[in-house]
Amino acid sequence: MKISHHLDDATILAFAAGTVGEAHGVLAAAHISLCPLCRSRVKSAEQIAGAILADESEASVSDQCRAATLASLDAILQAKPAQPKPKSDLPLALSRILGDVSLRDIKWKTKAPGVAVFDVPLSKGTSTKLKMLRLGHGRTMPEHGHGGDEITLILKGSYHDRFGRFAPGDVADLDHEIEHQPIVDSDEDCICVVAFETKAKYKTLLAKLAQPFVGI
Amino acid sequence: MHAALVTMATSTTDTQKDQFVEWLARIAASRDRAAFAQLFDHFAPRLKSFLIRKGSTAEQAEDLVQETMIAVWSKAALFASGKGSVSTWIFTIARNLRIDRLRRERSQLYTDLEDFDAPDETAGAEETLGRSQEDNHVSQALAQIPAEQRELLILSFVEDVPQSEIATRLGLPLGTVKSRMRLGYQRLRKLLEQMN
Ligand SMILES: [Zn+2]
Repeated sequence: MKISHHLDDATILAFAAGTVGEAHGVLAAAHISLCPLCRSRVKSAEQIAGAILADESEASVSDQCRAATLASLDAILQAKPAQPKPKSDLPLALSRILGDVSLRDIKWKTKAPGVAVFDVPLSKGTSTKLKMLRLGHGRTMPEHGHGGDEITLILKGSYHDRFGRFAPGDVADLDHEIEHQPIVDSDEDCICVVAFETKAKYKTLLAKLAQPFVGI
Repeated sequence: MHAALVTMATSTTDTQKDQFVEWLARIAASRDRAAFAQLFDHFAPRLKSFLIRKGSTAEQAEDLVQETMIAVWSKAALFASGKGSVSTWIFTIARNLRIDRLRRERSQLYTDLEDFDAPDETAGAEETLGRSQEDNHVSQALAQIPAEQRELLILSFVEDVPQSEIATRLGLPLGTVKSRMRLGYQRLRKLLEQMN
């Protein structure tokens, strides 16, 4: 997979800090698992946190905490084994949520001719959303502005806009005020995942795309 | 003389760093409790302070300190000294445990990514914050970037809020916050390249 569009530095920093919103975190992790460059960028950003921790002042730790930690060591032999990975052609960050599901099995809801969506469930209380989108060839997304942070990851097919061509593995991680107009240019459907903020004041790619047809 | 003093004052020294790596190696090799106790005494108070700055109560912070240090004990053999400092590694463990707590069942986001690391990964060669970058180099570089950029970078790691929230708090547009972070991060990388 040749990846040409990567996560923004600001997203890399938020991911490394652990402050990225839930949907954006899942999407960033999905890209990062496919992209050695962004993986290494996250490692770099984590070192800022390491330096902050190394320079941190000291808060006194209770004897109880220290004793309890030392006392529990004998019971701990080794790290818990990781949970087995789901059988899926989706990036691991998505299949952890959806389970043994392949792209083919997604239960799409058709919203309009050439437009189908699927909501990826997240924790209660998150103010972010993660939606999968399936768009037919030639589907033109209307000119739109973004609200809040919005990241799109392409899983299948492709689209293009003034930033170039977006193919599987690529992310569009755009500043919220940037206008663009993606058009699906693959013969097959273009399947992508979009993370966005639900509190967004402005219309998101997804909302604007689907609003003329259905509120989603 | 002066240079040495400055380094001592600003950050963990190289000797200390080698010491951390050695303690971890002893834990990994022989379940060395004395080495663990020393590692605990160094990092637990810093971790606690860091977590309190992130908004934890003292009690929550100690719970997480305990959980993190137990994970350090059980994962000691997985620490690869070529890939970063001990304090960075401990930070990532604490971060992951913290997110696990917040998001319950779904969050293996970060731990899953560890499996993707090929041992000889070279794809990120241009990203020279670097594999074995020393904490004190990062600290020194942080001190050299413009204050408004440094503060935002530090804030983004210390405060447990999204960038949009930082923007609201500072009364700045999100775009400004992000571009300052990007600029700060780019300068930091340049400075570190020069130090290497
Ligand atoms: Zn990337």
